[in-house]
Amino acid sequence: MPESPDNTAPIRTKKATADAYFIEHRAKVLDIAAFLDRVDRAGGEDDYRVAALRVAISLLLDGKPERARRILELWSDQTTVPIGKAHMKGAVGCVDLSSSTDRST
Amino acid sequence: MYIDPHVHMVSRTTDDYVRMARAGCVAITEPAFWAGYDRSSVGGFFDYFRLLTDFEPRRAAQFGIRHHTWLCINSKESEDVGLSREVLGIIPQFLDAPNVLGIGEIGLNKNSRNELLILEEHIALAAKYQQMILIHTPHLEDKLKGTILIMDAIKAHGGISAGRVLIDHVEEHTVKPVLDRGYWCGMTLYPDTKCTPQRAVDIIEMYGNERIWMNSAGDWGHSDPLAVPKAQMEMRRRGHFESLVHKITFENPRSFLSQSAKFSAQPLTPTAADVTR
Repeated sequence: MPESPDNTAPIRTKKATADAYFIEHRAKVLDIAAFLDRVDRAGGEDDYRVAALRVAISLLLDGKPERARRILELWSDQTTVPIGKAHMKGAVGCVDLSSSTDRST
Repeated sequence: MYIDPHVHMVSRTTDDYVRMARAGCVAITEPAFWAGYDRSSVGGFFDYFRLLTDFEPRRAAQFGIRHHTWLCINSKESEDVGLSREVLGIIPQFLDAPNVLGIGEIGLNKNSRNELLILEEHIALAAKYQQMILIHTPHLEDKLKGTILIMDAIKAHGGISAGRVLIDHVEEHTVKPVLDRGYWCGMTLYPDTKCTPQRAVDIIEMYGNERIWMNSAGDWGHSDPLAVPKAQMEMRRRGHFESLVHKITFENPRSFLSQSAKFSAQPLTPTAADVTR
């Protein structure tokens, strides 16, 4: 397969890309569909992480480029000042979009 | 042939060394990190640094892998300022060890004031002893904010050259700001929480192949010490030339790490029987 002049990106067709990756991403879409069905069947209050996932899914179909970057930014803490104290070691994967500001994508 | 420039072999078995050697690994660097629990005293770190500078390089050498390390107290433990300063106090006595490349992996975890304070003191230590720096950026939703705070802290110090700092765990939303400021960057190949091999190769295609490397960051959590050779396979699957595969997984890390005269990726004769049987 030929490479582009900057020796970075091989020249691929959309069909060749789909040939290489369609099946694994078909499975990932089904996983997301099944996960959302599982959430719907479950009891209790809505979860802010699932809400953030639904917003991210809407970005997948907006026709704009750099979806991965924009979703990561959507889920990111957009504040700029250090917090007073770390009360946990880990991270949960996204902020609560209903209580955050400046959701630039 | 490849270099894994960020892997926590203290958490891995000897069998992993065998698999890495067979996959072509010739050199690794192991940053000091959080062991999964908070150490109760500076003595815990003293023994950890002995392991990183004595035991682990001997274990790796049996399999023909050159082992190098970076020293620090990780940001997950730096909320305790008193303990952190005790650890900072013992680091200098280890800096002359033959396999110590610099200070790392330092950075932020939850982006707290104490974490930032101890990061600034690590930066000052690196500047005082003219050490390179390996930066850990926070996880998931904390990464974007933490990456900016970290770069601002390095800039504010004023005594650290960007070309001697590698900022690790970049993803699609942080790679450009890091490269734009002149730093090197690392992509960590994790099953769930950082880059997959596919996304890492996408990033190379979108942002170029200069000042960038891949690592497994294999540790005690969900991780894969063979992630780098798997990413090599992903590059080949897409039709990238072998020269680019070699540049990303060998030449680039060698270029950055060779700023320390202690780094070597020269072939090392394995001595362990496990490599061949």
